[in-house]
Parts: sequence; C-alpha cells; structure tokens
Amino acid sequence: MNRTDDVQRTVAGSEALEVKSVSKSFGKGAALKEILGGLSLTVGEGEFVSIVGPSGSGKTTLFQVIGGLERPTSGEIWIDGRQATGQTGHISYMPQQSSLLPWRTVARNIELSLTIAGLDRNEAKRSAAEWLRRIGLEEYAKSYPHVLSGGMQQRVSFLRALLSPQRLMLLDEPFGSLDALTRLKMQKWLLSIWEENRRSVLLVTHSIEEALFLSDRVIVLSNSPAIVLEQFEVPLARPRSEAMWTEPAFVALKQRIYELLQTGAGVKEEAGYANR
Amino acid sequence: MGNKTGVWAKVWPPVIVVVALLACWQGATMWGQVDSWHLPSPASIVQEAASANVWPRLMEHTGATLRLTLLGFAGGSAAGFLLAALLHLAPGLRAAVYPLLVVSQNVPIVVIGPLLTMWLGYGLLPKVLLVMMVCFFPISVAMLGGLTNTDAQLRNYLQMIGTGKWQLFWRLELPHAIIHLFSGLKLAASYSVLSAIVAEWLGTNKGLGYFMQLSAKGFMPERVFASVFIIVALSLSLFGLMTLAEKLLMRWRPAKKEGN
Repeated sequence: MNRTDDVQRTVAGSEALEVKSVSKSFGKGAALKEILGGLSLTVGEGEFVSIVGPSGSGKTTLFQVIGGLERPTSGEIWIDGRQATGQTGHISYMPQQSSLLPWRTVARNIELSLTIAGLDRNEAKRSAAEWLRRIGLEEYAKSYPHVLSGGMQQRVSFLRALLSPQRLMLLDEPFGSLDALTRLKMQKWLLSIWEENRRSVLLVTHSIEEALFLSDRVIVLSNSPAIVLEQFEVPLARPRSEAMWTEPAFVALKQRIYELLQTGAGVKEEAGYANR
Repeated sequence: MGNKTGVWAKVWPPVIVVVALLACWQGATMWGQVDSWHLPSPASIVQEAASANVWPRLMEHTGATLRLTLLGFAGGSAAGFLLAALLHLAPGLRAAVYPLLVVSQNVPIVVIGPLLTMWLGYGLLPKVLLVMMVCFFPISVAMLGGLTNTDAQLRNYLQMIGTGKWQLFWRLELPHAIIHLFSGLKLAASYSVLSAIVAEWLGTNKGLGYFMQLSAKGFMPERVFASVFIIVALSLSLFGLMTLAEKLLMRWRPAKKEGN
C-alpha cells in the first residue's frame, strides 16, 4: 500500500501512456508488411484499459513498441508525460509465459526484477517477502519456479510487475496459457489486488469477457494494419463480481464487441483477398 | 531412498561385466597359450604394482601426472571460458575467430607437442600448454552454445523491463551457459588426462607417460598395465568430480530431468 511513495514524480495531469499515431511496418519493397497503421490510444492515471483484437492484429508488436524494444516507423510513445519512443525501462511488464528464471528462487526472481527497475536491493527484498506473504505464497519464497503450478507462477509474475516502481503496467495475455477455471480464479484475484492498489494497466487479451470483467475501458483493434476500431467505457461498478457477467449491460456490450471484431476482421480479410 | 537403489541399479551391470572380463583375462593367462611377457595376468599386475620396489615410484609419477593434468585442465577451462565470453560479447570478433578455432582442432596434438618442446624446452610449461590447448576447445564451444541459445521469452521479458546488455549477460546468458558448460567440462576432464600422458611421452623424467614408455622399453608389461589402470582411474575420477559439481550447482533443476 505504500506504492504511491515509490511512484516517480510525473508531469502533473499527464496520461500514464499516450500512443500517438504509431505505425510500424516490417520488411522492404514488395515484402513490406504494415502491422500498425497509425494507431492512437491513451491510458489514464489509475485506469485499467484492455485491448482486444483478432489474432495477428499486431498486439504483440504494439507492446514491443510501447516497451521500447521496437522503434515505430512513425509516431510517438509518451509515458508519464515524457517522450519515451524507443526507450526501455519505463514500464513494468507481465508476459504471457511467467518467464521466471529457473535457477532463481521465487523470491530472488522478484528481487531481480525490482532491482533492474531501479529499486534498492534491501527494499526489493523486503517488498518481495511482504507481498509473497500477503498473497499466501510465503512458503514458496525459497522454492524454484518449477515447483509452482501455472497459476501460482502467474501470480508471482503479476506480483513482480505490480511491485516494480513504474506507473504503467503492461499485461500481455497474462492468463492465456491457463485452463478456464484457473483463469477465472486468477482474474478475480488480480481484480482484488488491483482494486485496492490502482495502477495504470494496459492489458492485451483474446477474451472479450476478460476485457469487460477487468477493465474501465476496452479498445477494439482492427485486423492488421491495426487501428483502433472503437472504444467502450465499461458500465460496471467496482468492486466487480462474477454476478455481473449476466447483467444486460455486460451481455449487450459483449455482443457488440463480438460483432465488431467479426466485421472488422472480415472486411480486412476480404480486402486482403482482393489484393492477391 | 528410491534414488539410492536407482544408482545401484545403474552401477552393478557394468561392474559385473568388468569383473567377468578380468576373470576371463586371468583364466586365459593361466590356462591359455598366452606368454606372460605378451600379456601379464591381472593378478601379477596388481602384485607388481604393489611391490615395495614399484609402488612408491608409481605414486610419484601419478602425482606428477595429476599435477600436469589439473594445471592444464584448470588453465584450459579458464581460457575456454574467457574466450567464449569474449567472442559472445563481441559478435564481430566471433564471426572472424570462430572458424579459425575449429580449424585449430584439426591440427593433431602429436604434431604440436614437439614444436612446443622446441620453442619452450623440456619444462612444465610446454606440457601444460599442450593440455590447455586440448581442453579449451570443448569448453569454449559448449559455453558459446549456452550463451547464445537462451530462452527467447526470458530474454524478451528482461529486455522489456529495461535490462541492459551487461545485466542480460550476468543474469540470463551466463547462468544459462553454466548448464551447457558442464558438458564441455566433462569432455575436457577426460581429454586432459590423455593429453597429459601424450605430453609426457614427448620428453620428461616424471609422470605416468614417462613411466609407461620406460617400462615398455624395458619389457616390463606389468608396469605398463599398472600405469594404464591408474590412468583410467584418474580419468574416471575427474569425470566423476565434474558430474558431482554439476549436480551440486544444478540443484534448482526439476528432479525428473536428471535422468535425461
């Protein structure tokens, strides 16, 4: 809960993330493929935003650009009101696979990420121990990652991102590799932690339900080259519960996004077909 | 305890085969048409080696060989390790040097030996260098492989959170390479004893290689065989030590994978 102390000083009133008409293409000449087609989006302070889109719509590329590993062909990335295009280290990250170093214990994995993010070693140790206790994994602190189940590994992975001092968290299909039941449990768990500790989150997911259940706002991407098709505020109160899955507003929005994804993907596919 | 019975299940079949072979050998020399100056019996080899005249000399020569082996092995491992790290961190250098490294391994060690002796004399240095040259190759190749083939997802994660090149080397590439390093170390451990023997053939008055040659020239096959047994034991012990070190360092590994 003393998170706010660690948060870096930022330009007042700025968004946590601004993606300004970013386009990205790979290859040259005839093999040139445009993945991101001038895409703009924002994530506000303390806001939970999800991105859904057809598979292959460039969500991974978008994250690589935001994370600074890829430079956009044009456009800019602003984080905390500062230009951060092509710079790494401004975000905390939870990948699809837990990506824990197998030769480090659970606690030492968390500590490593925190020290890389610039935290003092002792502070990292203290914070890792405290939070492992809080999420009920203290008995695994000294275990190696392979001992943990997939769900537990993802909890550690989330914790690692949560405790990093950066204001913005990128979650890249964090529950994509879990079974349906574990996935639901993890979503509820993540919500319970996030709702008492609001960070700015950008989540990429394949699941419309997941996006609606977790987010304040859902962004729908088109097929590649990806642009923002439409954005929806999620009209559900917090704290959220499973009961909301059957609310008419939830169901209607889910249906709306589903249709949008289908037509969005469909139009592009036809266009692609005509080109051939 | 299931683990212990597992080890025994692996150990006893080869032990039985070795014992059976020794028994056949003993039998052939006792009742067969084998002259003892051609092939001495195992019992007479042990008897000769343990005699008051031979045992102290044998131990002295073993000590000399062990010293040469360990110096060469340690030096070669260190050189291989550093070379691999250097080539990995400077990819341009790697592209230029790596092919030469492979070519260098096609120059036979028996050819290099006399050259080294010619340049550096009959001391310890040229022999240690020879053992080093044999050892460093498997180690640098294994290390380079380990440094390069790191898990793409781990690498991507660490880069996303802003890990720099050096941190990536210390935190991801080096620990990962240690796993591969041990396959190189085990190979080099066996090579180091053999190359130490060859180095001793080239000119010295110490070591099992020298003692073997001396005994062969003096038609004392018992002593030659005694040296061979000790060489095999040395080689196996060094290999075993590396396996043990690997197990101790790799305790983080899932238990199931140990059998593979």
